[in-house]
Amino acid sequence: MSSAPSTIAPDLSGRRVPPLGGFNLTALKLEIRRLTRNRRTVIIAIVVPVVFFLLFGFNKGYDAQPAAPGAHGNGSAFVMISLALYGAVVATTFSGAMVSIERAQGWSRQLRLTPLSPVAYVIIKIFTALALGACSVAAVYIAGSVSNKPLMSVGLWIGTGFSVWIGSLLFAAFGLFLGYLLPAENVMQLIGLILALLSFAGGLFIPVTSYAQGVQDIAKWTPLYGLNQLVHTPLLGNGVDWTWVVNVIAWLIIFGSGAVWRMRKDTARV
Amino acid sequence: MTVTNTDPRASSASGSPLAVNLTGVSKHFGHVQAVRNVDLQLRSGEIVAILGPNGAGKTSTIDIILGLSQPSSGTVSVYGMHPRHAISRGLVSAVMQTGGLLKDLTVRETVEYTASLFALSQPVREVLSSAGITEIADRRVGKCSGGEQQRLRFALALLCNPELLVLDEPTSGMDVEGRRTFWSAIRKDAEQGRTVLFATHYLEEADAYADRIVLLRHGVIVADGTAAEIKSMAAGRTVRATLPGATEAMLTGVPGADSVEIRGETVLLHSNDSDAVARYLLTQTAAKDLEITARGIEDAFLALTGDDTPASTGAI
Repeated sequence: MSSAPSTIAPDLSGRRVPPLGGFNLTALKLEIRRLTRNRRTVIIAIVVPVVFFLLFGFNKGYDAQPAAPGAHGNGSAFVMISLALYGAVVATTFSGAMVSIERAQGWSRQLRLTPLSPVAYVIIKIFTALALGACSVAAVYIAGSVSNKPLMSVGLWIGTGFSVWIGSLLFAAFGLFLGYLLPAENVMQLIGLILALLSFAGGLFIPVTSYAQGVQDIAKWTPLYGLNQLVHTPLLGNGVDWTWVVNVIAWLIIFGSGAVWRMRKDTARV
Repeated sequence: MTVTNTDPRASSASGSPLAVNLTGVSKHFGHVQAVRNVDLQLRSGEIVAILGPNGAGKTSTIDIILGLSQPSSGTVSVYGMHPRHAISRGLVSAVMQTGGLLKDLTVRETVEYTASLFALSQPVREVLSSAGITEIADRRVGKCSGGEQQRLRFALALLCNPELLVLDEPTSGMDVEGRRTFWSAIRKDAEQGRTVLFATHYLEEADAYADRIVLLRHGVIVADGTAAEIKSMAAGRTVRATLPGATEAMLTGVPGADSVEIRGETVLLHSNDSDAVARYLLTQTAAKDLEITARGIEDAFLALTGDDTPASTGAI
């Protein structure tokens, strides 16, 4: 065994750093496959919103009356947008929070022994979240289309669907933040609970105006409120209130910087 | 410290940078001093074992070499560059003890994922086959046995065809057969000129597979030499005597004594020529109650790394 150390100098010239910090489509594809392999995630992010839509989307004669006075579509369309947003938000939060499991299983540490940069890793996570979010929106919108109950122009179908999808990015940041913050064991259950509460507060299930004034005042500060108002604006045609925009931007800053802060802490070389 | 310190920017004779160059590296976690002033130079193609009991600083040293942790003081370079840069170029990879795998990916997906992150990587199929995991390629990692997971980790480490392979207690938890298979794979691999650094607390593992053994104790390198040199230390005997008022200065001059230890009135001298030491002690000093004992290789290891011994230096 004690062979003399090789005197051949290693050729280091061909050793390159991968482009884009290691970001690539194979890794993205495998991340998405991994996410959709988790049956519980798929049920909560895709099946549940569709079922909710079929249960609540056209009772109370929602399909027979406009969403609001002067709206460009009916009540079913309104409910469809709300539930697509719920599904997309669950999808992106869950996707982001997967980092918690990766940390627990030591995969994050393993990745630090590869060329993958932390930024490229987060970009893969965000794209993965968007992929599942797109499935959630598509599922609810397809259910709407098949049921033939929601009524609005083609432009509004596309416009609102796209807004919901892009808007759900806010919650990819939320998921990453929680994933770096919380231990893996209970993170998914906890997130399910938090998102249900935020959805009620944001008016995704019941209009915020039906709550007591005190509850309404608090609800307007919660992270889903502004986003929910904004994605319904094209349908309602009621114009944008600047406080909604402030709500979304403020929470994006909070979640984004929270995620960066925790991630830095996690990947810091001690 | 028994290592001959070289210039911090030292290169091997051929002018290429050293595989690993640690100079004056210390690492502390709060008040705990994990690594103390370690100098370690690895040349390309060497197979080196870091040997020491648990808590000797093996993992801390390896984490520093891999850039997973930052030395509190001292400098570290891998192929002349920062460890992180060496990793980005696929020059270094590592097989860690446990964890590091996603349970919900299959074996093949794990290899594909990791391969995709490198600028250049070996073909997935070849790596699966040389690690002997082609048959379980479609199995979920969570359903693989400990030995199969370890083979997967090994496959991942070889994907980038690293110049330096670092193994942290690679066979812990393996049975005898698994251990033998693992090392024969490493040995075959190292014949192609790869530098291998492994940490172990199994003396026989270091003895059988390393060209060079670095003995670590309490974060300090207490011996650094070939397996044969370490063994020759074990060939000696220990002369024990009662000698009130003995000082180290007085005993280091004893002919034939390799190391000296003083415990109160008792002195212990380790030597390859115990006769000469005994003769000297009995004729030139007031030593009495003389006792000569042989020391096995295990004892040598324990003597160098054990907790009951003060940090005497074993010169090779």
